[in-house]
Amino acid sequence: MFDKILIANRGEIACRVMETARAMGVRTVAVYSDADRGSKHVAMADEAYQIGHGPAPADSYLLGDEIIATAQKCGAQAIHPGYGFLSENPEFVDAVEAAGLTFIGPSADAIRAMGLKDAAKVLMEKAGVPVVPGYHGTNQDSEHLSGAADGIGYPVLIKAVAGGGGKGMRLVERAADFMEALESARSEAITAFGNPDVLVEKYIQQPRHIEIQVFGDGTHAVHLFERDCSLQRRHQKVIEEAPAPGMTQEMRAAMGQAGVRAAEAIGYKGAGTVEFIVDGSHGLRADGFWFMEMNTRLQVEHPVTEAITGVDLVEWQLRVAAGERLPKRQDDLTINGHAFEARLYAEDVPKGFLPATGTLTHLQFPAECRADSGVRAGDTISPWYDPMISKVIVHGPTRAVALARLSRALEGTQVGGTVTNLAFLGALAGHQGFARGEVDTGLIARDLDVLAAAPVVEPFHRVAAGMAALNLIEPMSDSGFTLWSSLRRVVTLSLQGEEFEVEVEVDGKDLQLWHIAGEKVIVSRRGESWIIGSRLMPDVTHSGGAITVFDGYGLAFDVVDPLDRDARAGGDTNVIEAPMPGLVKAVFAKAGQVVAEGDRLAVLEAMKMEHALLAARDGVVAEVLATSGDQVEAGAALVRLQDEGE
Amino acid sequence: MKLTSKVMPSSESFKQNQSAHLDALAQISEAAEAARMGGGERSRARHESRGKMLPRRRVANLLDPGSPFLEIGATAAHNMYDGAAPGSGVIAGIGRVQGQDVMVVCNDATVKGGTYFPMTVKKHLRAQEIAEENHLPCIYLVDSGGANLPQQDEVFPDRDHFGRIFYNQARMSAKGIPQIAVVMGSCTAGGAYVPAMSDVTIIVRDQGTIFLAGPPLVKAATGEVVSAEDLGGGDVHTRLSGVADYLAEDDAHALALARRAVLSLNLRKPQTVDWASSEEPAYDPEEILGVVPGDLRTPYDIREVIARLVDGSRFDEFKPRYGETLVTGFAHVKGCPVGIVANNGVLFSEAAQKGAHFVELCSQRKIPLVFLQNITGFMVGRKYENEGIARHGAKMVTAVASTNVPKITMLVGGSFGAGNYGMAGRAYQPRFLWTWPNSRISVMGGEQAAGVLATVKRDGIERRGGSWSAEEETAFKQPTIDMFEEQSHPLYASARLWDDGIIDPRKSRDVLSLSLSAALNAPIEETRFGVFRM
Repeated sequence: MFDKILIANRGEIACRVMETARAMGVRTVAVYSDADRGSKHVAMADEAYQIGHGPAPADSYLLGDEIIATAQKCGAQAIHPGYGFLSENPEFVDAVEAAGLTFIGPSADAIRAMGLKDAAKVLMEKAGVPVVPGYHGTNQDSEHLSGAADGIGYPVLIKAVAGGGGKGMRLVERAADFMEALESARSEAITAFGNPDVLVEKYIQQPRHIEIQVFGDGTHAVHLFERDCSLQRRHQKVIEEAPAPGMTQEMRAAMGQAGVRAAEAIGYKGAGTVEFIVDGSHGLRADGFWFMEMNTRLQVEHPVTEAITGVDLVEWQLRVAAGERLPKRQDDLTINGHAFEARLYAEDVPKGFLPATGTLTHLQFPAECRADSGVRAGDTISPWYDPMISKVIVHGPTRAVALARLSRALEGTQVGGTVTNLAFLGALAGHQGFARGEVDTGLIARDLDVLAAAPVVEPFHRVAAGMAALNLIEPMSDSGFTLWSSLRRVVTLSLQGEEFEVEVEVDGKDLQLWHIAGEKVIVSRRGESWIIGSRLMPDVTHSGGAITVFDGYGLAFDVVDPLDRDARAGGDTNVIEAPMPGLVKAVFAKAGQVVAEGDRLAVLEAMKMEHALLAARDGVVAEVLATSGDQVEAGAALVRLQDEGE
Repeated sequence: MKLTSKVMPSSESFKQNQSAHLDALAQISEAAEAARMGGGERSRARHESRGKMLPRRRVANLLDPGSPFLEIGATAAHNMYDGAAPGSGVIAGIGRVQGQDVMVVCNDATVKGGTYFPMTVKKHLRAQEIAEENHLPCIYLVDSGGANLPQQDEVFPDRDHFGRIFYNQARMSAKGIPQIAVVMGSCTAGGAYVPAMSDVTIIVRDQGTIFLAGPPLVKAATGEVVSAEDLGGGDVHTRLSGVADYLAEDDAHALALARRAVLSLNLRKPQTVDWASSEEPAYDPEEILGVVPGDLRTPYDIREVIARLVDGSRFDEFKPRYGETLVTGFAHVKGCPVGIVANNGVLFSEAAQKGAHFVELCSQRKIPLVFLQNITGFMVGRKYENEGIARHGAKMVTAVASTNVPKITMLVGGSFGAGNYGMAGRAYQPRFLWTWPNSRISVMGGEQAAGVLATVKRDGIERRGGSWSAEEETAFKQPTIDMFEEQSHPLYASARLWDDGIIDPRKSRDVLSLSLSAALNAPIEETRFGVFRM
């Protein structure tokens, strides 16, 4: 076994790998970008080194040479790539091995074999793995592709050969639309991957995404059963489960064998996933699955497999990479119960799943679930990486019990400081069709309006947020004392961009009367708890003006500080004047130009100093009144902006 | 040590007392409500339509959320000026901003444009006096047209008139008591000096104005035509004149800026007394209304009140067997040690000497004093005059006048004659003086005053050989009795700011605690007593 490994990744997967490594007595080395200096995976590692000079992956986590040099310098014997970043980059694998280190994962050749989808399908067909009818050839002539589509039969899917994540992918229902869809798929493929080549394949009507977890030692492989990842939104997995609902013994055996054949065909070593598309329109049938692609890495959703098999896949990865044989034989592997994983993201669901950023003021998971998280309370979700907060994983003896546990776990998850997709996940976990096991990749899109509905915000929640905003949760003995009538304090809050005022009359330490948009809410204290209206006050966190009310999967409010509207120093923000006599060194503004507050409009040289003259507000330049080289007096107008009304 | 109440809350007399007090209280609360409404609905609606917050809303949003607000003179000017100045057109009181006790003085522009009536001036000055004595930073929320011109003779020329406001600001600033002004409306003529004399001034754009003479007067004087904003608006004063320091976009912004200004005051409450942890009284303060008789003439044991004011109802009574008509002793009010001086009947020589002794004790130990006044006066008659009750009374008055420990006085019953002096009446400058709705204050009882006048008149009539029937005498006495009844009423007294306000007796403990807490912002000075006539 290795003494020390380097994890060439960040976030939850880096933490996940370190946990197992530590349990195995292996020392861990983290690498980090500028932006991740204080992050959880850095704190967890025995050693940590900065990579590159910027937060962007291209300037940090993708700098393979630097990572390898770091591993050599610190004496790590192996590199675990996690998922994403360098995990499926064969050149990196070659470089790692050339440097005398071990890559914890498959060989470069295995990655290459699966890297181009059309070649992979040809390979799989040869190995006896069923593939979706389609054209994966090199003839990219438009007419030829159109003819192939006719042969396969509509509807068909056009996919970029080098694609992934749904980019360069088009569904074509009718032959008449083929050419237009082809052009659009090609241009997107060029932009995204620099390769316009596409393949055409049959479109499955009610598709399900079922994948087989395989594990190889370079010669032999076993499978660890299937995962169902049909709950997807725009090809992004949302909730995964194992085993697949409705799976039969016969089909599982057929799929498992296909997965093992695929892995062994390329001499696969380590953890991999063989993805199949399954026709779910008439129940699961042993002849109704087709190879899609193989992911030559550990998958995000690997914990559901761990939950039902009791196998630590990272432990297996390390052992096999260190030269051990497969820890278990196929016959030793069994399924125990059912597991779900939900992906918790910082994203604004009602606003079209817009990724969110922010500092997590609070982060708490119920004890009953496994939460694989790369962040802690106080950490920041930055715009540089994927906004995943955590994976919430539950296990139960049956699917129904596991699903109920998933619902409870999501309800009990508390994230403060940012919006999250918790409510969306909760709605999915409570979806009737999902509960019946009627899953397919179109489910979310069909019911999106219901699933992604903005949470219902009641006065109850606004009061709870107001109490936190005004620091009225812990009363003092003289709270709200007045001689005759109580005073009315107001606070402005915002919720998803909507600003509103709430007002309170504090009537002693045990009673508050809140006014919410004309409605009165009585808040009274019983013992140590507050009762808002007739309901117990929910948990609330407040940090730096960000409030989260933990009811209905968490509602994120912001306190609007009147001081944010600080008045400007000057009176007229239309005219940019020379602050003192001087020489106009440069004028950047042009009439008609749109400028933002703080933009440099001109530079004035005076008293041996260069003074940048900035736009005092956003606006449009109406006229430029000075040119470079002018000597101007104090107060001379240099640039005028259009009136805001204009 | 723990007091034991002998009053039964289930008794008939308890209920009768309660109902009498509630009637008296209802009258006061009605007056307070009238004052709260300021200049009335129309005027308030007009004020709000200009985007301005109503004055109490300004106060609320200046203070910390949930901050107590100990209002001063809530019913000032009640029934004065034909009811033209509810609350005297200004709100004053102590609250907390960023945890710091402050004095807030807020003009009510809905009352005659916030102009200063004589009682407005008096209330403003009283608020400043409290601030100065107790080292409370002052925050002036200014929205006033200046002196009320028809009353100029009563507000401008004298020592304790308008000019004293600015004198006080300068003197307080010199003592390190911060002066902050927020200009949220007019600040005309003399009023302009409130912001100008402040340490820090905030002004609201397109709303606050500061000028010595407004546009009409400027036009009359020089012919210059200028808008109020160009003459002395927020932009002008923060950019050109420097009269104000911060420009606010609106009321809410201005109040937030004032709150921020308090953050940089760098004040710390001095260490004064040895605080204990607070404890509720063993007897419910709510019961005060039932234990105190509705009729002033009915005697009762003042310990019943003390038991409902102090922590754990514990009272370390000093000299309990001597001069029993004055109850003295040590207790805590919400953790603050206090010496209590309370009347339990008419003052005799022994009681007066005991009082002087106890005040000396508290001064020596720097323990704040609480006076519970229910006093008909010092005992009269030959025996008492001959034994020198005036001399003994003088000792108590000297002690009370000289002491430098904070004194809080509460009128819980009668306040008549020289008893008022010995028990830290208004002239003895207690830090705070609060009254109960059942209290009465006058130089003597109405009956006694009418009797004195009738005796003098009868003597005159009879000296001239005339006669005066009993009916005539009764008719003669009635106007005096009526006048005393009216003038001794707490609403009459409080309207004229002879006190700091009428309070609900059930809130006495809170009021005492807040008064003490405010008073302890100032260090307690050493006391040097005057000559005691021995």
